[in-house]
Amino acid sequence: MGELKLMKGNEAMAEAAIRAGADAYFGYPITPQSEVIEYLMSEKPYERTGMVVLQAESEVAAINMVYGAAGAGKKVMTSSSSPGVSLKQEGLSYIAGAELPCVYANVVRGGPGLGTIQPSQADYFQSVKGGGHGDYKQIVLAPASVQEMADFVKIGFELAFKYRIAVLILSDGVIGQMMEKVELFDQIPRLTDAEIKEKYPWATTGKAKGTERRIITSLDLDSLKMEKHNHHLQAKYKTISENEVRFELFDCEDAEYVYVAYGSSARIAQKSVQLARKKGIKVGLLRLISLFPFPTKQIQVLCDQGVKGFLAVEMSAGQMVEDVQLAVNGRAKVAHYGRFGGIVHSPEEVENALEKIMIGG
Amino acid sequence: MADITLNDIIKPENLVYEKTRLMTDKELSYCPGCGHGTAHRITMEVIEELGMEEITIGVAPVGCSVLAYEFMNIDMTQAAHGRAPAVATGIKRVWPEKIVFTYQGDGDLAAIGTAETIHACNRGEKIVIIFINNGIYGMTGGQMAPTTLPGMKSSTSPFGRDVETMGNPLKITELVAQLPGTYFVTRQAVHTPAAVRKAKKAIRKAFENQRDKKPGVSFVEIVSNCNSGWKMTPNDSNTWMVENMFPYYPMGDIKVDGVMVK
Ligand SMILES: Cc1ncc(C[n+]2csc(CCOP(=O)(O)OP(=O)(O)O)c2C)c(N)n1
Ligand code: SF4
Ligand SMILES: [Mg+2]
Repeated sequence: MGELKLMKGNEAMAEAAIRAGADAYFGYPITPQSEVIEYLMSEKPYERTGMVVLQAESEVAAINMVYGAAGAGKKVMTSSSSPGVSLKQEGLSYIAGAELPCVYANVVRGGPGLGTIQPSQADYFQSVKGGGHGDYKQIVLAPASVQEMADFVKIGFELAFKYRIAVLILSDGVIGQMMEKVELFDQIPRLTDAEIKEKYPWATTGKAKGTERRIITSLDLDSLKMEKHNHHLQAKYKTISENEVRFELFDCEDAEYVYVAYGSSARIAQKSVQLARKKGIKVGLLRLISLFPFPTKQIQVLCDQGVKGFLAVEMSAGQMVEDVQLAVNGRAKVAHYGRFGGIVHSPEEVENALEKIMIGG
Repeated sequence: MADITLNDIIKPENLVYEKTRLMTDKELSYCPGCGHGTAHRITMEVIEELGMEEITIGVAPVGCSVLAYEFMNIDMTQAAHGRAPAVATGIKRVWPEKIVFTYQGDGDLAAIGTAETIHACNRGEKIVIIFINNGIYGMTGGQMAPTTLPGMKSSTSPFGRDVETMGNPLKITELVAQLPGTYFVTRQAVHTPAAVRKAKKAIRKAFENQRDKKPGVSFVEIVSNCNSGWKMTPNDSNTWMVENMFPYYPMGDIKVDGVMVK
C-alpha cells in the first residue's frame, strides 16, 4: 500500500509529477490551479529528485519550454486553467505536429473570456476537437477524484511516451480544489541521461560524430510529405482510438436510461442514479475516463442492450453530448442537461432533468 | 605546364579554406547576397572550432531562417514564431551541460517574441541568442518590422515608417543590455570580410561564455541586409545598410563580462 495523504486535487497532481519521475514543470499561476506550482515550489523537487520547476512569464512561454524540453527527450509537464490553456494552443499544435510527449492539465473554470474562477466543463470542444490549428488529437483523461488526479499523471506520462503525444488531464475547479484521501504511488526514478539517449533516439540530445542529426519540427514545405505526415498522425490516432478507451459503468446491466458524464459531473450523476433508483427508475451511468479516445463502441453496446435514452450531464451548454449523439446515431434518445458558467448542478437537478427531459419529454 | 589538371591542385597541402562540416551540403534557401548564410556559416564554424558539435542544440525561429535546421548540421529544434528563447530555456534547464542557442530575426525576437526575449534575458538563462536584424520581415515579403527605420518603406509602410502612428524602431539590444541577466551584448555585421571576422570573434566569445558557465545570456545582434525586402541589389543594400542602419544601430560591444561598456 502506498503512502496515504489528505490532499487537494491540485496538490496530488503536483506530488504525482515528482513521483512519476518528471524532469521539469513549467507553469504560470491561474486560479483554480495555482496550487500545482505553489506545491512544487515548496516541495523543492530539485532536492528530492533533481526535477526542475520554473515559473514562466506566461502560459505561452511555459508550453514552449515544454516543447523544447520534451523535444530533448525529457519528461515534462505544465498545467493551467481555461484562459491560460487557450494561450497554450499554438504550442500544443506544434507539439502535435512534432510528435512530442508531454502531460498537461486544464483545471477548467467557467468562460468565455475571463469568465469566472468557479468550476466548469465548457472546454470539452477545445480539449477533444483539436483546440489549436491543424488536424490533430491529444489523449484526454478526465479524473473524477483526487486519487485520479495523482494516478493520471503517471498513466499520462506512460501514454505520452508510448505514442509521442500530448496527454491532457482535463479536470475542473471542483476536483482541483477539493480535499480527499489519496494513496500515492511510490517514487519512480527519473531516467538517467544515458537512458534517455537510448530510449528516445529521436530526441535532440546532441549529435554524436558520425550519426544523423535529430530535428524537432512540425514544418515541411513539401505538401506531399506533409500529407504523408498527416496520414501518419491519423493512423496513430486510430491506434489510440482502438486501444486506449477508458470508462466505467455503474448500474447499467438493467438500465433503460444512461447518464453519460465525466469528472465532477460523473460523481454528481452517480449520486443521481441512487436518487432515481429509489424512485424505481432504471438508470445507470457511463463514466467517461478517456474523452479522446471516446467510448463510441461502449455506447453502441448499450444501444444493443436496449437503452432507450442517454442524458449527457456536463457543466456546459452541451458539448460532449454531440459525441454521444454521433455514437448513438439515432438509435436512442439523446439529451443534455447541465448548469454552466460556474454553477455546479446538484444530483436532484440531474434526477429532475432525467424525469422531465428524458422520460417525460 | 599544360597537363596540370584540377585534381593536381586539389590536394590537402594546397587547402586554404574549407567549408565547415557543420554546414550541410544542402543549397541555402536564402536570396543571393543575403547576410543570413554568412551568419549561419560563422556560427557553425565557431561550434566546430570549439569542439562543441556533439553537445550543441540549436533553436531555429520562424522567419527566413526557419529552415536553419536544414543547413546547420547539428541537433536542432524549430520553434514557433517568437518562442525560441522559451524553447531554449526548456532545453537548457533540463540539459544544463549542453550548449543551447537560438537564431532569430527581428520580427521573431523583437515583435511577437519580445516577452520571451526579455524574460529569458532577465532570468539570465545560460544560452546564446543570435539576432539577425534586417529591419524588415523578409520571409513574409517585406513588411514593417519593429526595427524598420523611420521613413523606411516596406509593404506595410508603403509611404515610409511614420513614427507618429507606427512607433519608433525598437533598439532591443540596448534594452536587454540593461538587464542584469545578460552577460555579453554586442552588435556586429557580416557585410565585409573584416566585419565577418569581428562578428565571428563575438560569436565565439558568446559560446565560450556559455561553455565557461558565465552567468547569463550572451546576445549577439547582427545588423544584416535584406536585399530582396529592401528591393535593392546586394551591393546597394550593403551601402544603404552602412549609411542608414549603422547610425541608428551602432556597431560594437554594449556589455562585456556583465559590465556595460557603452
Ligand atoms: C504566429 C505567427 N504569426 C505570423 C507568422 C508569419 N510570419 C512568418 S515569418 C514572419 C516575420 C519574420 O521576420 P523576421 O523575424 O524579421 O525574419 P526574417 O525573415 O526577416 O529573417 C511572420 C510575420 C507566423 N509564421 N506565425
Ligand atoms: S528575403 Fe531578405 S532576409 Fe530573406 S533570404 Fe531574402 S534577402 Fe535574406
Ligand atoms: Mg527580419
